[in-house]
Amino acid sequence: MTSKQIINLLPYQHPFLFVDELTAISSEGITGNYTFKKEDYFYKGHFKNNPVTPGVILTECMAQIGVVCLGIYMLKDEIANENEPKIALTSSQVDFFLPVFPGEKVTVVSEKEVFRFNKLKCKVKLLNEKGQLVCRGQISGMTHIFA
Amino acid sequence: MKKEELLAKLKTIVKPYIQDEEAYTKLSEETDFINDLKINSANLVDVILDVEDEFDIRIENDDMEKMVSVKAAMAIVNEKLAAK
Repeated sequence: MTSKQIINLLPYQHPFLFVDELTAISSEGITGNYTFKKEDYFYKGHFKNNPVTPGVILTECMAQIGVVCLGIYMLKDEIANENEPKIALTSSQVDFFLPVFPGEKVTVVSEKEVFRFNKLKCKVKLLNEKGQLVCRGQISGMTHIFA
Repeated sequence: MKKEELLAKLKTIVKPYIQDEEAYTKLSEETDFINDLKINSANLVDVILDVEDEFDIRIENDDMEKMVSVKAAMAIVNEKLAAK
C-alpha cells in the first residue's frame, strides 16, 4: 500500500486534511509530514495579529498521520476502496514544547503501542524542520468498518 | 479463584473507566459494563487489556463480544484460568 493510496482513503479534505506525504510505513509505526499553509483559516483567529498553529491542530496532525494513516495501513486487507472506515478519536494526551508558525513543515513519527479489538494506541511525536521536538504524546482511535 | 477475590479484582480494574459512580459503588455480578457503568467501547478494550495483564490470559475476539457484564467477565476469566 503506497503513501498515496493511504492518503486517498483518509476521510478528510481541505481545510481539515493535515497529511502531505508518508515516508515510512510498517505494521510497527509510521512517519509522515505536513506543511502548514500561510493562508490556513485558523491563523486569522489564533492569535489576533500573531499567527501560531493551535495545539489542537498539531494534535489533529499527529492523529491523522500517526494513528489514522497507520490504522488504514494495518487494516489494508479489510478496507476496499468502496468501503470507507468509520473512525473516532478515543483519547489523547499531548505535551507541547515549541510553537509552529505559518509555512512550517512538520514531521510526525508514530510507534504502535497496542492494536487490539479495532483500537489503535500510539506513541506519537511531532518535530519541526530543524528536528526539534515540538510536541509528543499518546493518541488512541477506534474504527468500525462497514461492508 | 474465589468468587469474591475475582469480583474485587475486576472492580479495581474497571474503576478508571467507569462514568456512573453510583452503579460502581453497587457493583455486583449482575452489573453491565456498558448499560450500568457507562463504560464506552474504547475503554472496554482497555478493561480487556487490563484483565489480560492481571490474570496473564489471552482474550480473543469472540470472548470480547461476550464480555459485557461482570458475570460474563468472571466466567471468561475462570474458563481461561482453568485452561492454562
